Amino acid sequence: MASLIGSAVKRKEDPRLLTGNGCFTDDMKLPGMVYASFLRSPHAHAKIARLVVDKASQLPGVIAVFTGQDLADKMTSVPAMWFLPGCDLKPKDRPALAVDKVRYAGEAIAVVVAKDRYIAQDALDLIEVDYEVLPAVVQQEKAMQEGSSLLHDDVPNNLALLWKAGDIPDQVFEEAEVVVKERLYNQRVIPNPMETRGAVAQYNPGGGELTLWCTSQNPHIHRLIYANVLGIPETKLRIIAPDVGGGFGAKIATYTEEAVVACIAREVKKPVKWIEERKEHFMATSHGRDEVLEVELAGTKDGKITALRVTNTANLGAYLSTFGAGCPTIDFGLMVTGAYAIPQAAVVTYGVYTNTTPTDAYRGAGKPEATYQIERAIDLFASKIRMDPVEVRRINFVPKESFPFGNAMGVTYDSGNYQLTLDKALELFDYQAFRNEQEEQRKKGKYLGVGFSTYVELCGFGPSAVAGAIGFQGGVWENSTVRVHPRGTVSVFTGTSPHGQGTATTFAQIVAEKLGIPIEDVELVHGDTQSVSMGWGTYGSRATAVGGAAVSIATDRVIEKARRIAAHELETTLDQVEFINGQFTVKGDLTRCRTFQEIAKSANYAWNLPEGVEPSLEGQSFFDPSNFVYPFGTHICVVEVDEHTGEIEIKRYVAVDDVGRVINPLLAEGQVHGGIAQGVGQALWEGAVYTDQGQLMSGTFMDYTMPKARFFPPIESAFTETLSPVNPLGAKGVGETGTTAAPPAVVNAVMDALQPFGIHNLDMPLTPEKVWRAIRSGRDNG
Amino acid sequence: MIPSTFSYVQAQSVREAIQLLQESNGEGKLLAGGHSLVPLLKFRLTTPGTLIDIGSVEELRGVGKEENRIVVGALTSYKQILRDPTVSEHLPVLAEAVRQIGDIQIRNRGTIGGNLAHADPAADIPGVALALEALLEIQGEDGAELVEADGFFLGPLVTALPETSILTSVSFLIPPDGAKSTYLKYAHPASGYAVVGVCAIAATDPDGLISYIRIGINGAGDIAYRARSVEDKLLGHSPTPDRIREAAAMAAEEGEMGSDHFASAEYRKHLCTVYTERALRSILL
Repeated sequence: MASLIGSAVKRKEDPRLLTGNGCFTDDMKLPGMVYASFLRSPHAHAKIARLVVDKASQLPGVIAVFTGQDLADKMTSVPAMWFLPGCDLKPKDRPALAVDKVRYAGEAIAVVVAKDRYIAQDALDLIEVDYEVLPAVVQQEKAMQEGSSLLHDDVPNNLALLWKAGDIPDQVFEEAEVVVKERLYNQRVIPNPMETRGAVAQYNPGGGELTLWCTSQNPHIHRLIYANVLGIPETKLRIIAPDVGGGFGAKIATYTEEAVVACIAREVKKPVKWIEERKEHFMATSHGRDEVLEVELAGTKDGKITALRVTNTANLGAYLSTFGAGCPTIDFGLMVTGAYAIPQAAVVTYGVYTNTTPTDAYRGAGKPEATYQIERAIDLFASKIRMDPVEVRRINFVPKESFPFGNAMGVTYDSGNYQLTLDKALELFDYQAFRNEQEEQRKKGKYLGVGFSTYVELCGFGPSAVAGAIGFQGGVWENSTVRVHPRGTVSVFTGTSPHGQGTATTFAQIVAEKLGIPIEDVELVHGDTQSVSMGWGTYGSRATAVGGAAVSIATDRVIEKARRIAAHELETTLDQVEFINGQFTVKGDLTRCRTFQEIAKSANYAWNLPEGVEPSLEGQSFFDPSNFVYPFGTHICVVEVDEHTGEIEIKRYVAVDDVGRVINPLLAEGQVHGGIAQGVGQALWEGAVYTDQGQLMSGTFMDYTMPKARFFPPIESAFTETLSPVNPLGAKGVGETGTTAAPPAVVNAVMDALQPFGIHNLDMPLTPEKVWRAIRSGRDNG
Repeated sequence: MIPSTFSYVQAQSVREAIQLLQESNGEGKLLAGGHSLVPLLKFRLTTPGTLIDIGSVEELRGVGKEENRIVVGALTSYKQILRDPTVSEHLPVLAEAVRQIGDIQIRNRGTIGGNLAHADPAADIPGVALALEALLEIQGEDGAELVEADGFFLGPLVTALPETSILTSVSFLIPPDGAKSTYLKYAHPASGYAVVGVCAIAATDPDGLISYIRIGINGAGDIAYRARSVEDKLLGHSPTPDRIREAAAMAAEEGEMGSDHFASAEYRKHLCTVYTERALRSILL
C-alpha cells in the first residue's frame, strides 16, 4: 500500500461543504429561537451621557433590551488570557457592554432581542443615546505622548505594557562599521474570514446547562473564559464550534458579543442567535498587526551582521484582547533575528491603548512583523554595503550544523537548513537571468524588481511550562482519543478545532496509514467541549505539530493494545506479532493472521481477552511538546512597477517552504497559496484606515481591498523536508508561512524595482499613489 | 445589513410604474437589477417606502438599430449587451466597457438603465455614454422626451431624471466608419469600480488627420465628463505621440476630481492624463 502520509489526498470535508451541506453557526435553527442585534457606538471616544431604551423595548416583536448596567450583575467583563509578566502590564477587560464611556467606534453599548432580525435592527434605531464626545487617540506613538487623551483613567500615557528583552550597549552601534536604521510600519489589517462571527445560545432553566454554538478556533478556551464570565461551572457550559468558515486568528479571541448572547439566552429563557454583519466585523472583530518597528542593525562592511535592536510600538486598541499582550512581545520579540546567526539582539516593546478596535493574533501573530523588520533590514544593509541581498543572507544564515540553535533572544530553533531552501528557490528562479533581464528592461523604461524573504517562524506552541512562564493563562498541550468501534471504523477526537485547514483529512491520513485501514473508515470529531475532553485549539500553526502528534501517539497506543489481543488470539508472544498493512501476523507464518477489524471486534466484544486486558480498543494521548517548531523557507517575488502610475504587478512568485514532514502536499500547497495571497494582500492592498477622530474609513469591501485571485500569477511552490525532532511526525506547521514570508518579499521587490529612483523604503500597503509620489519626488531629487 | 421596512410592488408596464411612482409621494424607488440599490438598502443609506419592481416590464428590454443609433432598452442586462451581435458590430467600445463591469453575477443581473439612473461617477457606463453621445429616453406622466447624456449627470448619484419618470431606453451614436475606440480602466482593487475610466473614440481622414474624436471619462470626477479640451487639441491634427501627450495633459480640465483614502484628487488628475494618453495611443498610433 502506498503511504498515505505524504499523499495528495483530496479533502474529505469538501463534498459536504461544496454541496452546501456544511453546518455553520448560522445554520443552527432551534425551536423558539429569537435574535439579537447590538447597538454600536458611532464615536471612538465618548461619554454616554444618556441611554434610553424605552421606545425600542416597546416595539412590537421586541422581547428585551439590555444595557451594560442591566448586565452588570449577570456577567463580568471579558478578560484577556495572556498576562505577560515583567512588563508592568495593565490589562483592561472588554466590558460586556460599554457603561459610561465608549472607547472605540463600533463598541457595543446595548443589545436588542427580538422575534426576528428585522425587528431587532429596527429597534436599534429607536434607542436614544446622547454622547459627550471626547478627544480620540488613534496612533500609538501619539497616544503615548504626555497630555494625550486617556482611555483608562488609571493607565498613564495609555501605556498598557513595556517589555524589554536583551540589552546591547550603545557602544556596539557607535563602533560598528556599518549601521542601518529604519522606521518601518507593519500596518493594521482586518481579518475578514469568509464567515463572520456568530453565536447561538440555548439555556436549560431546569438543570442550568448552557450550550453555546459559536465561531471559535478553540472552544475549550471559550469554555474556560466564559464559564467564569457567566458564572456557570464548566460542567454545565458546552461550547460547540460547528463548521467554522475561517478565522485567521480573529476567532481565537473571546469577545463580549458571544458571552452576552449566552447571558441573555439565560435571561429570556429562549434560544438566542446573533450573526455578525460584515459591517460589524470590520469594526468589532479584533484587528491584526499595527506595529511601528524601529530597527537598528549593526554589521561589518563585508556583510556580517553583528547586532540588532528593535523598538516595537504596538497598538493594542481600546482593550487588552485575548492574546493581545503576547503578539508584539513574545511572538515578535523572540524571533527578531530571523534565520541569521546574529550574536546580539535586544527588543523593547511598548503596548499602547488607543481608541481603535482591539488588536490580537492575525495569521502569524508577531512573527510576520518580526520577519518584516529583519528581512527589510537585511536588504537595507545589503544596499548600504553594495552587496547582493542573497549574498548577505548566505553569509549570515544559521549554518545547518548549528541546530538545535539558540538565538540571541533565548529560544532554540529545533532544526533547519536555510541554505537548502534558498538554493532550491534560486534553482527554480534563475537569478542571474533575471538580473540580466532587469538591466535590459530598465533601458526601455520598464522597472522590474526582485525581493527575497528567507524567513523562519516560531510555531506549534509548547511546552506548557513555557506558556506558564510567559503568563499564558492556559496550557499548550494537545489531546487526542482514537476510538475503534466494533466493526473497525475509527473516531478520532482532537482538541484542535479546525476551521478550514482540512484537518479531518490530514489526521485521517495519519491514523489510516498507521492502522492500515481505508481513510474512509476514519472520522474526525472536534469542536465540541462535550465530545472532546480538552484541547487548546487551532492557531499558531499548531494543529498538526501538536494535535497531529497527539493523534499519532494515541494511534500507537491502539496498536499496542491490539497487538496484545492479536498475540493472545494467535497463541504467540507479543514479540512474534508483526503489524503490517492492517494485518497482525505471526513472524514467519503468514497464514496465522488477524485483520485490524477482527481485533476491533474481539476487543469490543471481549469474549476472549488476554489476562489483564480491559475491553474496548481506544488510545489516548495528552501531548505536551518539548519545544516549539520552526518552519522556514525562501520566498522570491518579482514585480513590475509602472513608473507613470505607481501600479505594481506581481510577475512571479516562487515559494520554497520547509514545514518538516508534509502530511498532505495538496493541502500544504493550498495553505501556502492562501498565506501568500494574504501576505501579498498586506504588502500591496490591505490596511485599516482611521481618521484622527477614530472613524474607520476602510469599513466595507468597497474600500478595504481583499486580495483577489486575478491579482496573482500562478504561485510556484515547492517543499524541502527537514524534520522536527520535537514531535513523532517530524511536522512543523504550514499555515502561517505565506503571511510571514510574503510581505517583505514583495516590499523588497518593489524597493529593488524603485532603486533607480533612489527610494529605499515605503510603508505597506504599497498603494499606487504612494509609489507614484515616491517616484515623482525621487525624480525631483535627481 | 438589514434594510428598513418597505413595501414592494411589481409593475407590469411602464405606464403602471409611472403611476405607482406618482402614488408613492416621493417615497417610491424603482428596482431594476438591484445591484446598486440593494447594497444601499442594506446599509440603510436609502429607506424608500415602496420598491417598485420593473424587472418584468419586457418592453424595457432589448437592443435595436435605428438609423445611425443603437437603442438599448433600460432593463437590458450587461450580459445581454455582451451577447448582442448589433452591439458588437456597431458599438464594440460599449461591449468592451461592459465586460469590465463587476463580475459575472453582476453582469447577469445589472442593467444599463439602472447604471445610468444611479449615476455612480465610478461606474463604467457614463463615460462611454458621453463619448457615444447617448440620448436618454425618459417617460413621465406627460409622455416621453429625449435627454442628452451630457447634462444628465448632475452630481454623484444625482441626475436630471424627474422623481416620477422612468429612464426607458438609451441610444448611442454609431461612430463613423473606420473609427477606432477603446475603454481603458484603472479599477479600484477593492470594488472594481473605475478610479479612472477613459472611453476614447477616434477616426482619421485619408490625409491621416484626426477627423472625429470623442472622449468620455468616468471614475475620476464627481461626475463623468467629456474631455473636450483634449478633443479640441487633437481634431484636425495628425496624431503624433507628442500631440497626443500634450492633448492628454488636459484630460482632467473638465472634471471636478474626487478624493478618497485610496486616491487623492491630485493623483486622479494625473491618472486621467496617463490613461487618456494610453487610450489615445492605442487607437491612434
